[in-house]
Amino acid sequence: MKPLLSVRGVNKRFGAVIAAHGLSIDIPSGQKVSLIGANGAGKTTFVNMVTGYLKPDVGSIALEGIAIERRSPRNIARLGISRSFQIPQLFIELTAAENLLVAIAGLGSGRPSLHSPAEARGHRERAIELLQRFGLASLADRRISELAGGVRKLVDIAMALVRRPRLLLLDEPTSGVSAEEKFVTMDRVIHAVGHDAATIVFVEHDMDIVSRYADRVLAFYSGRIIADGKAQDVLKDPQVRRYVTGGAR
Amino acid sequence: MGRNRHHYLVMILPVLVVVLLGRLLPTWTLSLATVAASNAMVALGIVVLARTGNVSFGQGLFFAAGGYGVALIANSWGTTDAVAQVAIGAICGGLLGLVIGPLIARYSGIFFGMLTLALSMVFYGALVKTTVLGGSDGFNIGRPSLFGIAFVDPREADFMLYAVSVVTVGLTAIAATVLFRSEFGLASLAVRENNLRVEYLGISASRIVAINFIIAAVFAGASGAFALMAQRHIDPQFAYWTTSGEFVFVAVLAGYQTVAAVFVASLALELVRSFSNLYLPNTWQLALGIFLLAVIFFLPRGIGSLWAGRRPKGTDQASATPTAAEEGAPS
Repeated sequence: MKPLLSVRGVNKRFGAVIAAHGLSIDIPSGQKVSLIGANGAGKTTFVNMVTGYLKPDVGSIALEGIAIERRSPRNIARLGISRSFQIPQLFIELTAAENLLVAIAGLGSGRPSLHSPAEARGHRERAIELLQRFGLASLADRRISELAGGVRKLVDIAMALVRRPRLLLLDEPTSGVSAEEKFVTMDRVIHAVGHDAATIVFVEHDMDIVSRYADRVLAFYSGRIIADGKAQDVLKDPQVRRYVTGGAR
Repeated sequence: MGRNRHHYLVMILPVLVVVLLGRLLPTWTLSLATVAASNAMVALGIVVLARTGNVSFGQGLFFAAGGYGVALIANSWGTTDAVAQVAIGAICGGLLGLVIGPLIARYSGIFFGMLTLALSMVFYGALVKTTVLGGSDGFNIGRPSLFGIAFVDPREADFMLYAVSVVTVGLTAIAATVLFRSEFGLASLAVRENNLRVEYLGISASRIVAINFIIAAVFAGASGAFALMAQRHIDPQFAYWTTSGEFVFVAVLAGYQTVAAVFVASLALELVRSFSNLYLPNTWQLALGIFLLAVIFFLPRGIGSLWAGRRPKGTDQASATPTAAEEGAPS
């Protein structure tokens, strides 16, 4: 059986900086995979390459056997990979519902209708339903510019779910959320995402979140994967303790 | 959907009322209203494009393409029908937009604006040097007709043109309203805000810009036909940068929130220009400038912000968090 995502021998350099070096990863369908590593280890570069924002210098990336390493972000989105961002990428002068309606308008071929109303029956309900999953329905008609950072993060994830992606990549879903709110936020995200995306890859710095929610952990260091396995094993790995967690666990 | 259709039918009524009102208006106001409606169409195109965050400083290109296309066909084939001429102008503008739009859509901001300006000035230069098109003097065309009826009486001819322009502009306004409320209209606003995220949602941001560009070109081409019919003369001035600048003025005055604001802004500008020209013949540009400054100062989001863009959205930052009931939502 083909893995959902297959990465083979991927390299990426930015001048003298090696952001990815010989990355080879298979991610089967249904896993919750956490990417850990210090700043600059190559986690976000990996996410950017899988979603088409960056092209690898060498190597291949395939989604269920379909090569995607040279495709544009919109083509990859149409194939079933969605992402959220470390800094939420929203339309700040539009309301939360309108942000989701833009995502809904892009469903299918990604060609929004020139005459069908954006708020047509069914579209608006779907937008509200998604916001409801994140507990944000009451904020549907608030402009993004009026919303707090944590709320923006959830709207960002909700937008990524509109396409019911086969693979969802979340870049630091709990960053900017207070320590006591992190588990509440992550519970909400996992519950909300569970409806629509079977496979989740999330970048995370909080090891409590990682050990609680990840089925599998990939530890990055200098563009390489230094450990791959179950959270309890990876977090005990001496190299991971040295380069990633700093002996925190 | 049924309610929307009913809504659009209701929008046609004021168009018919304005047409009939033309019977009561003095002749000079008919010409002024025709020019205002024509300019508003180009400005509406600029507003359509501005919703993607790009401003064209060269709509004179399509305005002139529409005008010259109509004039050449009128003189070659004897096509004088006003409705046919508007259609020909729109097609000429649209075809040129179809060629340029996809190429220019990859640019944004000041580069986009300057490219449009440069293209219009290249076209202006070519027209000035093309003697077969009359060079800098241009050439004349005959009086327009309507459905085979020739209008010899100048007042009747002015009214006919006024009526055709009001109906065309009315239909354009309805089409623009449908567009603004559509999925495409919302996606256009999204491109203005964050085109990278639009791409990550599976939508081509450059395609959105290109289509809006073509729509704006169609509007400008049709408007060029009206300007030609009103003057019965065309020259390269149609493509000159000051002509494009006037359309941008109207768009800035209007803002990008509503379609109606574009027509109000265009009419206001024409009235200010006419009266200041009449009463301050040596300093009318100064009066026009002061008017523009006043609008920009007091209504920075345009005349349309007087009645639009104030949706009932809260301003209380503290309340912008989930409600207590939602906090208890299953997780």
